[in-house]
Amino acid sequence: MSFTGKLGWDSIPFQEPLPLVSAAVIGAVLLGVFVWVWRRGHLPYLWKEWITSVDHKRIGVMYCLLAGVMLLRGFSDALLMRSQQAIAYGNGGYLPPDHYDQIFSAHGTIMIFFVAMPFMIGLMNFVVPLQLGVRDVAFPTLNSVSFWLTCSGALLINMSLVIGEFAKTGWLVYPPLSELRFSPGVGVDYYLWALQISGMGTLLSGVNLVTTILKMRAPGMGYSRMPMFTWTSLASNLLIVASFPVLTAVLAMLILDRYLGFHFFTPEAGGNQMMFVNLIWAWGHPEVYILILPAFGVFSEIISTFSSKPLFGYRSMVIATMVICILSFMVWLHHFFTMGAGADVNGFFGITTMIIAVPTGVKVFNWLFTMYGGRIRYTSMMLWSIGFIVTFVIGGMTGVMLAVPPADFVLHNSLFLVAHFHNVIIGGVLFGAFAGFTFWFPKMFGFTLDERWGKRAFWLWLSGFYLAFMPLYVLGLMGMTRRMQHYDVPGWHPWLIAAGLGALLILAGIGCQIMMLYVSIRTRKDRIDESGDPWDGRTLEWITTSPPPAFNFAVLPDVKGEEAYWGIKAKARENRRLSDRPDYEPIEMPRNSPTGIVSAFFATAMGFALIWHIWWLVILGFFGAWGTFIVFAWRDKAEYEIPVEEVERLDQARRRSKATLLDLPEEALS
Amino acid sequence: MSERPDEEMARDETAPGEESEHDSIVGGVRSYAVGLVAAAILTAASFALVQFDIVWGPAVPAALVALAIGQMGVHLVFFLHITTGPDNSNNVLALLFGVLIVALVLLGSIWIMGHLNHNLMGPMATP
Repeated sequence: MSFTGKLGWDSIPFQEPLPLVSAAVIGAVLLGVFVWVWRRGHLPYLWKEWITSVDHKRIGVMYCLLAGVMLLRGFSDALLMRSQQAIAYGNGGYLPPDHYDQIFSAHGTIMIFFVAMPFMIGLMNFVVPLQLGVRDVAFPTLNSVSFWLTCSGALLINMSLVIGEFAKTGWLVYPPLSELRFSPGVGVDYYLWALQISGMGTLLSGVNLVTTILKMRAPGMGYSRMPMFTWTSLASNLLIVASFPVLTAVLAMLILDRYLGFHFFTPEAGGNQMMFVNLIWAWGHPEVYILILPAFGVFSEIISTFSSKPLFGYRSMVIATMVICILSFMVWLHHFFTMGAGADVNGFFGITTMIIAVPTGVKVFNWLFTMYGGRIRYTSMMLWSIGFIVTFVIGGMTGVMLAVPPADFVLHNSLFLVAHFHNVIIGGVLFGAFAGFTFWFPKMFGFTLDERWGKRAFWLWLSGFYLAFMPLYVLGLMGMTRRMQHYDVPGWHPWLIAAGLGALLILAGIGCQIMMLYVSIRTRKDRIDESGDPWDGRTLEWITTSPPPAFNFAVLPDVKGEEAYWGIKAKARENRRLSDRPDYEPIEMPRNSPTGIVSAFFATAMGFALIWHIWWLVILGFFGAWGTFIVFAWRDKAEYEIPVEEVERLDQARRRSKATLLDLPEEALS
Repeated sequence: MSERPDEEMARDETAPGEESEHDSIVGGVRSYAVGLVAAAILTAASFALVQFDIVWGPAVPAALVALAIGQMGVHLVFFLHITTGPDNSNNVLALLFGVLIVALVLLGSIWIMGHLNHNLMGPMATP
């Protein structure tokens, strides 16, 4: 037994220059950023205000940042695949099969677990407490632990680029291919441990947000008054709590197979690989609703705000959300119609799948009716929303096609399927994430984003999406299967070149988004959001300042109806004065804590050691993480007090800005 | 709710396992102790059923299921504090949601895997 386990110099893939060079470039950029931060003296600030922060707003922003960085990584994988398939007609292209298999596995894993999930969790983290009118989530330090564990997983996935290899099995590591006998390398182990660690973070974050929504609402904020985004967040987090344990369990069984010679999913000794497929999709289908439900919530908020109308059919929207929440647990077999279940089973799950289109259709009509007769402001967020409705309806219709078992027997495993799920994930989740980010950006940072670059990004993303994925529908109908490293059918080639050009348009869209951030930050002085309410908002996050103070609300708002802030605004306009000056009190807020990053550091070390069989480091990492928890549990001071003068000063400034916003006289403040 | 003059009387009306603000430590410990003893008895009873010929052989599985359900009840009431008290609707709803999901996944999996075994494993299924 060696000191470094399976790790040696031969673990570094020197024979493949591409990952090494790209990793070196990324490493140099990261080092450059670090040196710049250090030289400018920002390190203490970063440590005190961000890294150890337990403030839900800061953690939400960091989640979004992580998602953005990983989007670049996942998208470069996509570019590699599109260019490979555009080239590899009748030749081997430039990516060897061995490498190509790792790329499509990494692309799927990264885009779902480290882009879509953190982006949505980030938005929920940031917005939900603000919309509920409370000061933080239920367990602030746990929130920080969740975030840093997700980072651990992301770090492990990226380490596989230069140390060892990643899984070559596809993003759901189906056995028997992923068993030790057929995948003896460390690729599947990287996948398993990265997902176990980040999955733990996700589960904790789900528990945290469910508790927050059920137990910590502002006075008067009944369930029937919660904003739509909070409702969809509740449904999404209930699904996280219900489904992620299934993922953890099924991956743990595969780990036992690979590490301790168990036979859960092996072809021999009584194992049954079909059980893996069954269980992973019992998690996997709810997972897609975990991603799309918050996006539905984002669009509900945006469409209502920019149509200057209340959301049409609030109650039907809530019911549709909860129906989707339950139904999402009754359809998972449609991911393996062709595995051999009989007509009864396939028929049942095909019908439940089609039924999901009903509540989703209710939502689409509600959005359309919200826009109908409204004074629509065509901001970039509204463009994302309208683009979403059109694109998502197309993706939903191809989904209903795939829900018909006989059709699925023809289309399964083809590019038609790939086109379908990109159609709903890009057109739904990603558009929702971008729209939500632009919508709440002024709340996060205190200034708005540049609309010109935002709209350019939208049009490039939309056209790029259609150019990249509509050809894949055609190719699927022509019989092209997914995950092909090369092919020799002349009819496919033009379509794959078109798809490659589409990916380049999306690249240009991402370029515009980076420009949008750059231009907006450069011109932030001209775009400061003084009022805290740049879009004429309707929900409570817009009542506080942008960015909000650490305590969010000096006095918890008193909620009198749906669209709490809209009601307060209307009343202030009518009475020509703000609500009475409240009695301020000092506020206790949770102290920052390095628990999250320290425990995640040990978790990363433990995960890395488990992948490479470095057993002493496994023990060290485990006890390190455990010890961090013990130290945290025995802490003496959990909270600090914000003095009443400070609360009063900040809230008076907020009230003055609201009076300016509503054009009220000076005496309206008293 | 009207004022209750008699503290003792109010105490008597709490459901088993219910936690209240003015519960003493002794009361809490007593509740946990009752739960622990009940759980231990139910566990011992399950083992005894299998080990000794107490009941008619073919009835043993049914008896085990009954004891398991009792065990779950004890855990829910005494350790997880799920009661019928007024402040408990969140917990009860969460429990119902959990039961629903577990039932869906469990029954669905049994049904699906039964089908798959029947169609694909064929004679190999029986060793």
